[in-house]
Amino acid sequence: MSSAHTKTEHGHSTDHNYLNHGSGIWSWMTTLDHKRIGLMYFATVSTLFLIGGFFALGIRLHLAKFGATPLLEPDTYNKFMTFHGAIMVFMVIIPGIPAFLGNFILPIQLGAKDVAFPRLNLGSYYIFIAGAAIAASSMIFNQVDTGWTFYTPYSTAKTSNGVILLVLGAFTMGFSSILTGLNFIVTTHKLRAPGMTMDRIPLMIWALYSTSIIQILATPILAITLLLIGAEKTLGVGIFDPDLGGDPVLFQHFFWFYSHPAVYIMILPAMGVISELITAFSKKTIFGYRAIAYSSVAIAAVSFLVWGHHMFVSGQSTLAGIIFSIITMFVGVPTAIKLFNWISTMYRGTVTFEAPMLFALGFMFLFTIGGLTGVFLASTGMDVHFHDTYFVVAHFHYVMVGGTLMALMGGIFYWFPKMFGRMTSDLGGRISWVLIFTGFNVTFFPQFILGAMGMPRRYFDYLPEYTNLNQISTVGSWLIGLGFVVALITMIHGILKGEKAPDNPWGAKTLEWQTSSPPPHENFINTPTVTAGPYDFR
Amino acid sequence: MSWSSLIPATSFMPIQATEIAKEVDLLYAFLIIASLVSFVILIGGMTWFLIKFKRTSLDQKSAYITHNNFAEFLWSFIPLIIMMGIFYWGMVIFEKLRTPPEDIAAEIHVTAEQWAWTYRYANGKEFYSSANDPMIVPAGKATKLILTSKDVIHSFYVPAFRTKQDAVPGKLTQLWFEPKQPGEYIVFCTEYCGTKHSGMMIKIKAVPSEEYAAWYHAEKKGEDSPADLGKTLFAQKACASCHSVDGSRIVGPTMKGLFGSGRKFADGSQSKADENYLRESILVSSAKIVEGYPPAMPVFQGQLSDEDVANLIEYIKSIK
Ligand code: HEM
Ligand SMILES: [Cu+2]
Repeated sequence: MSSAHTKTEHGHSTDHNYLNHGSGIWSWMTTLDHKRIGLMYFATVSTLFLIGGFFALGIRLHLAKFGATPLLEPDTYNKFMTFHGAIMVFMVIIPGIPAFLGNFILPIQLGAKDVAFPRLNLGSYYIFIAGAAIAASSMIFNQVDTGWTFYTPYSTAKTSNGVILLVLGAFTMGFSSILTGLNFIVTTHKLRAPGMTMDRIPLMIWALYSTSIIQILATPILAITLLLIGAEKTLGVGIFDPDLGGDPVLFQHFFWFYSHPAVYIMILPAMGVISELITAFSKKTIFGYRAIAYSSVAIAAVSFLVWGHHMFVSGQSTLAGIIFSIITMFVGVPTAIKLFNWISTMYRGTVTFEAPMLFALGFMFLFTIGGLTGVFLASTGMDVHFHDTYFVVAHFHYVMVGGTLMALMGGIFYWFPKMFGRMTSDLGGRISWVLIFTGFNVTFFPQFILGAMGMPRRYFDYLPEYTNLNQISTVGSWLIGLGFVVALITMIHGILKGEKAPDNPWGAKTLEWQTSSPPPHENFINTPTVTAGPYDFR
Repeated sequence: MSWSSLIPATSFMPIQATEIAKEVDLLYAFLIIASLVSFVILIGGMTWFLIKFKRTSLDQKSAYITHNNFAEFLWSFIPLIIMMGIFYWGMVIFEKLRTPPEDIAAEIHVTAEQWAWTYRYANGKEFYSSANDPMIVPAGKATKLILTSKDVIHSFYVPAFRTKQDAVPGKLTQLWFEPKQPGEYIVFCTEYCGTKHSGMMIKIKAVPSEEYAAWYHAEKKGEDSPADLGKTLFAQKACASCHSVDGSRIVGPTMKGLFGSGRKFADGSQSKADENYLRESILVSSAKIVEGYPPAMPVFQGQLSDEDVANLIEYIKSIK
């Protein structure tokens, strides 16, 4: 750190911070500073999100069936659907919170100077970029139409070789995910500030920590599975292809053995963000710190045992279906516990409603609907009707988008002052919230009804009786799109013209608010000492 | 009229063409009510707190409450009990959906491919699906489908019956239903299968059982019944040199009364001889060796088409 550091009487560092510590593109590309790496993920993930969003709007516009000729050809439609899903899942929702917000926040919240392995951290970023590039090349050269789940034997026997590129991309990004997880776990264990015992770490860290465990344990399974697809397609090894003596359903076991835990890679960090936002904006200690912390770990553990609930009608035995159903119900409980804890945190607090809090409340609303409909699906007799219909589409958008994306947006608005040293316009944040929240419900609620009516997912065309609801859904998608445009403008405006941010604009208690905004290169001028729990609003 | 019809959301469900559909909808109505109640407790409670504890002045102080063991126990335990109930209720329905009754009036082999279905009846009637050729089944009686696929995974979904089952290449799965009334019901493919995934629609037409019988026995489309074809194959492939059809024991187990009987294997496991078991035993007999017999049967994988196997199975079923 530079010795030029001085403090003003308000406790701000003057003008030396991580953003101007070294200048020029090269200083960013070679940076080992977790905060800068976090922002690089921010830029990357946002770009990918825009591309994924473009495909989403294309899908919805096509399904609105305005006019007599369909907007897309069937094959184009299938490719749109595949790219939308693969980009959003593997490149936006999974890395979004851990790699971007996590990277920025975790070391500061722990009172550390950086993550345990800064070089590895930069390496993870470039591995991610490489993976995204490989995957994107499949969009250009050899387009894929398998859907993000790559089910065999369609993916191995009946479609273009672009699948190899896409799975190779996902495989590569998997390494980035594993390495980031590893880095976080070691950082949490080794670099906590003096006095920060494990029961004093913020809940965001507990969430990232549980997520990291899943990443390390589950991602290799995905990697192996994807490699097997590649091997099957190039060498014809016959693991999944029945013509070669393989078992196509085996692929689904492998795939969901990763991808079910992966839905918790997506949601646990979101839950961490929500825990932070709700205490900060209620100005009250979180209710049931231990319950929230341990339920994260419990969810991480049980999430490995429920993959078969995606396969109730795949031909697996009835008994297997029943066992997976009951275990799935067990995951519902720690999820419910968290909701109750957050709500109790608001009880006798003093609540304010700035944009980040609105996103947190939006999360509560949407995630509750998503979670409750998960119980419908977990019940075998009910799921047989709903499986692979729009009901499932609505369910996972409510939990993944309503949950993770709302948390991500809330987190961005919350930590924005820390990242850039400037405030965003609260009005801009609130307008974007209204648009996204309303648009979201208009888009996805009708899909529950479409599912109940029997409309299958991934359909290029549908029965006339599904038309109205599909059109409503399409209108909603434009509201969401508009909401994100407003959010983007608000953020860019904040970076360029925003008011100067104080060190602790929200009056929060965790360590990142004890350093200047933006923080100095190594986070703190003097390493902080921790003497109490993370949310001591007494 | 039952209480569940008071829930408007159930009216979005397709018509209830089977008894099970009614039961599914009852569970659905219950789930909707339970969810609404939970939603109101959670989000209603939250909204109330938000209004009541809204910050009104800068020097306001929040209460200091860290946890409450009793409340936390209650809100873990009560959801657990409710979810166990939902699990159990779903399981009861699931078992009905998955267990065909003993008396099956029509049994149809359904083969999926990109992007059509073929169905073959026990007497050799065979249809390549099209909008004009619905699958004819008797109303008021149980029909069983034996599903497989030629290429990729497809899924046979009948919304009006609240049932679906994947058709997996290299495997036989089954599905049964009993439409209460004559009528036409739509069938979707629900497992993504490529370009014309959404175009793989067919219809099931349930007709009064006398009409069904008349239709079934009218001129056949196929030459011989699957069982007859199977019998010919049985002779051609020299199956009879090891398997008797009259109950006597030679090198391998007899075929008499085999279908539906319990099998015990050399490794101590057991199963029932259903279609899938027969299929596996014919193609790769070494997968499961019946206790007390040598693992002597050749592998027929690659030598018999799916249709051959289906015909052999029908023949074996006919040896009672
Ligand atoms: C915590 C956040 C959750 C996320 C991110 C999530 C995500 C997902 C996703 C992505 C799918 C669809 C996968 C696909 O076929 O493409 C799905 C399906 C499913 N979810 Fe969730 N889910 C969550 C919570 C829950 C809960 C709490 C339950 C049950 C209590 C649940 C039960 C199910 C079931 C049973 C399915 C399979 C439905 C089917 O395909 O028939 N989920 N979920
Ligand atoms: Cu799952």
